[in-house]
Amino acid sequence: MTGFRVADGGGPVIPNFGHGTACLRNNGWFCPEWVRDHWGDILQPALVQHIELTLIAVSVGFAISFLLALVGFRWRLLDPPLGAFTDVLYTIPSIALFQLLVPLTGLTVTTIEIALVSYTFFVLYRNMVAGLRGVPAEVLESARGMGLTRLQTFFRVELPLAAPAILAGVRVAVVATISVATVAAFVIYYGLGGPIFDALQQPDIFRTELVAAGGLAILLALTADGLLALLQRAVTPWNRVR
Amino acid sequence: MPTEAAELVFDEATKVYEGREGAAVDHLSLTVPAGEICVLVGPSGGGKTTALKLVNRLIPLTSGYIRIDGTQIGDYDVTELRRSIGYVIQQVGLFPHMTIEGNIGTVPKLLGWPRQRVRERVGELLELVGLDPVNDRKRYPAELSGGQRQRVGLARALAANPPLMLMDEPFGAIDPIVRARLQDEFLRLQRELRKTVLFVTHDIDEAIKVGDRIAILRQGGRLAQYDTPEQILEHPVDDFVADFVGRDRALKALALKTLGDLELAPAASADSLPRLPADTSLRDALSVLIDEHRDAVLVTDAAGSPLGVATRKQMIG
Repeated sequence: MTGFRVADGGGPVIPNFGHGTACLRNNGWFCPEWVRDHWGDILQPALVQHIELTLIAVSVGFAISFLLALVGFRWRLLDPPLGAFTDVLYTIPSIALFQLLVPLTGLTVTTIEIALVSYTFFVLYRNMVAGLRGVPAEVLESARGMGLTRLQTFFRVELPLAAPAILAGVRVAVVATISVATVAAFVIYYGLGGPIFDALQQPDIFRTELVAAGGLAILLALTADGLLALLQRAVTPWNRVR
Repeated sequence: MPTEAAELVFDEATKVYEGREGAAVDHLSLTVPAGEICVLVGPSGGGKTTALKLVNRLIPLTSGYIRIDGTQIGDYDVTELRRSIGYVIQQVGLFPHMTIEGNIGTVPKLLGWPRQRVRERVGELLELVGLDPVNDRKRYPAELSGGQRQRVGLARALAANPPLMLMDEPFGAIDPIVRARLQDEFLRLQRELRKTVLFVTHDIDEAIKVGDRIAILRQGGRLAQYDTPEQILEHPVDDFVADFVGRDRALKALALKTLGDLELAPAASADSLPRLPADTSLRDALSVLIDEHRDAVLVTDAAGSPLGVATRKQMIG
């Protein structure tokens, strides 16, 4: 990864309080001209990085959780310990987890991703197992009685019926990851957390940058949630008729 | 497995659940002739459902044999066995995420039927069970009433034209009026399709209505009596069977015969008698006589023309 700046290195563009517009001089809550001037060099790259962080974290988290869920679903005895494992990961404060990982993986995006991925396990694993377990007994019995094999039952019955619960988990994971990823700027200047941290480090707090970057994180979360809600509806047409 | 109705034989079939005292099904031996409906009935704990599930190997036999058309069920591949036996359960167990068409077409698709043939078969079956082959096809189970769902369940079980049907309290969760209609329709279908059917119920009236033969199981899965409904009602083998069929068994027996079964006297000077069609059951006819304080009815054909006179004495036999 290149092209991102480190918080204690080159530093972002620091507003010049003396020479800007009246809004900037007064440190207003939202100065559109600053956003316009720094969309290209600060906000947009941070937004793209943030989306990238989230997509990678949720995809990798999904893949690992799915494997864990298959194990916990197939071998019931392993479900409680696996669930407890994801619980414990989730309870570690994010800043502490970043600090724990830095000696191992350094001040890198990898460090951030490891932490973000481990937070997704909790909600993804629980929802996957609950969804698979939630298939009504009579549906499974008729599937078995009709001569579906174990694999056919899984792919044709259990997995599609678990889809609403799994997607609900993905929605929560995405929104939570977008939020937690802002804290990643503790490790390196990356994602929307970068400008937010910069703004907070100004004497007096640079309000426009804080509001702009924070607002983008909120908008991103809302948009992602809305899109996933649409996806959920699209893949579960049978849920709409109730 | 053939698609013609198959003979089903239980030969000393026994199921003992591990860690449980006594057998669930105890040396059960009976033969269901091809094309007949055998009803397993009895109190709970009688092993009816267990006996049924032994046939499609949802529950493995402990000892003894079950044969379909002379071949032991253990000799079939279990998946192939289940795909060639229609299976209907009380809670129906339709796949909620599949349309009615998807549900009914499940086994034919697994069997590799061409898409067009599956489509045609689904339409055929929807019509057969009294649903709309055009509009109901694309609906989801959640959009149907309980009675409609059970019809779809029946259609799904019939989809691959199995020689044998297992029906576990298929009408048990349906209100009495719809249940009676579904029973009638099922019997009408059966006259046409002539499947071998093993049918479980706890309701002796349902057993009498749908069964060509009735097997009464007592606690511990032992066969108490296996006979036609008439024989069971008129000649219960012991107190257990007599108790189970109820003190009104004589009346129940009357429900099995119709006015048309009697030798009717010529219809002279019968104008003032109550008129009843020939397919009226003796039980209903007798009820009319009691109600109207009469001793005879005038039996008519479907068009209403008189066939003859039936007396109270004849009905009671």
